Amino acid sequence: MLIYALKRLGVALLVFVSISIIGFVLLRASGDPAIALAGEGASQQDVEYVRQHYGFNRPIYIQYVDWAKRALTGDLGDSIYLRQPVSQVIAERAPTTLLLGALSLCFALILAIPMGVLAALYPNSYIDRTALTIAVVGQALPTFFFSLLLIVIFGVWLHWLPIAGNSSWKNFIMPSIALGYYATPAIMRLTRAGMIEVLSSDYIRTARAKGLRRSTVLFKHALRNAVIPVVSLAAVQLGFMLGGSVIIESIFSLNGLGNLAWQTIRRSDFEVMQAVVLTIASFYILLTYLADLLNAFLDPRIRTS
Amino acid sequence: MVSIPPKTTNTDFVPASPMSQKLSRVLNHKSITIGGGILIVMILMAILAPFIAPHDPFSQNLTKRFLDPVWYPKGTWEHPLGTDSFGRDYLSRMIFGARASLLIGFSAMLISGLIGTTLGVLAGYFGGRVDMVITFIITTRLAIPVILVALVVVALAGNSLSIVIWVLGFLIWDRFAVVMRSATQQIRALDYVTAAQAIGCSTLRIIFSEILPNITNALIVIATLEVAHAILLEAALSFLGLGVQPPTPSWGLMVSEGKGMMFFKAWVIAIPGIALFLLVLSINLLGDGIRDVTAPENRN
Repeated sequence: MLIYALKRLGVALLVFVSISIIGFVLLRASGDPAIALAGEGASQQDVEYVRQHYGFNRPIYIQYVDWAKRALTGDLGDSIYLRQPVSQVIAERAPTTLLLGALSLCFALILAIPMGVLAALYPNSYIDRTALTIAVVGQALPTFFFSLLLIVIFGVWLHWLPIAGNSSWKNFIMPSIALGYYATPAIMRLTRAGMIEVLSSDYIRTARAKGLRRSTVLFKHALRNAVIPVVSLAAVQLGFMLGGSVIIESIFSLNGLGNLAWQTIRRSDFEVMQAVVLTIASFYILLTYLADLLNAFLDPRIRTS
Repeated sequence: MVSIPPKTTNTDFVPASPMSQKLSRVLNHKSITIGGGILIVMILMAILAPFIAPHDPFSQNLTKRFLDPVWYPKGTWEHPLGTDSFGRDYLSRMIFGARASLLIGFSAMLISGLIGTTLGVLAGYFGGRVDMVITFIITTRLAIPVILVALVVVALAGNSLSIVIWVLGFLIWDRFAVVMRSATQQIRALDYVTAAQAIGCSTLRIIFSEILPNITNALIVIATLEVAHAILLEAALSFLGLGVQPPTPSWGLMVSEGKGMMFFKAWVIAIPGIALFLLVLSINLLGDGIRDVTAPENRN
């Protein structure tokens, strides 16, 4: 188990380093930080001065090594617009996004797992069709359109929920539903497929033949095994949702990483953009790493192969 | 007297050709006919846009701003879906807007399909070190937040149609690679591939004439799903103002332009939003249907 964990950790670190390189190169290939830093209407001379001063004229790998050395000491540079260290900006905004992600995942799991289980218990029934409809609609409905629909219906017509800001817990309800609904179809399908497979297995037949109560068979024997793959899918989906928070946060004016990214993209604030991409990516890497470990812990076949 | 043999209609006994069997299976499949039907209508709409649009989608008339669609009491047939904030005919903008979605969706799918299939087939066929490296590349790609990186690159590199297509194409090849890799692994282990190797076929020949034809069905299914995925991403980028640029009509952009008016006239965002939903739904239904017909064992 330890060897497996260390191996996966090595891969995770390598992925992290690759993404920091890709992010660094991609950003500098797409735009010129000197022009962004010099500001609008800067003369050619000013831009050239900025380029010299910040060393943007050096070869890109030297710039990267330089950046990486500083990043390892926790110094991610300064935001040119917010006039704050980038690490501080990220630390201020991350909790909102993590809370949004966690709530969205809760919403998705609460909706998807019971629906998936019921759909598996009664295939082709009314409940199975409803579950299928929810999944099909969820995959086709653009997140931003769904968010606006929620705002119009629950915020404006019914006046139940606030439509923007993050002053109270109520502000998180609609964004979590909008973001969580996006993850629901995949989790529901996997739960349903897993349950159907498990329910037809021999040990469930044995458990039933022993005369165990139906609920014991379902919850203690079947569901426990069927949700193992769901755990790792949930981790992956949470990672995707943190990335997708940029749309939701900009619509609901939640002050998290997504909204930060959205604001800094419009101002071409290079250091912050890079840090946000890297932060979101590292959350994803961490989540999938933990899911891998949990899976290996639950299923010994994985760690030996 | 010559007796005329009774004319027999023995068409019932002739077994239908595999092709026509397949065709009838496709045509009898509900999600293929519904999904394919809607998709064909949308594609025709996009191609024939200049001929069927009742008005010029760009011509403004500030005296006719936000006219209601025809099903409202004040609506008229002059503008069946009403007009937008510049008094432009909404129906015409919707018809032309289908072009952006479909063009970007299909082009991005072609690019990502080429990248993903190449990587997937190489990893699945060669295994070993090659597989290790490609699996690592896929893992890395999955950790990159798509929307965020697309926004950053489009914002910095300038938002032309072709940049949006290339950025999306280079970002969403992961599913192609994952599925093609495992499909190739399965085919590679089969006897006819071993036989081809034994008689000395070149690797390239084996890949093109033994492997690729046998993973086409899976490829088509992923391709449809990725068109839908790219269309949703384009709509999101346009909604955030970094995809298709005004005054070019795009459904995502139209939702964004109507946002300010949605509290008073919900139809302004509902019409392009529902159109996007229907388009993506139809492509997904078609993909699910094709999978049902070609590989019924993978249904759940």
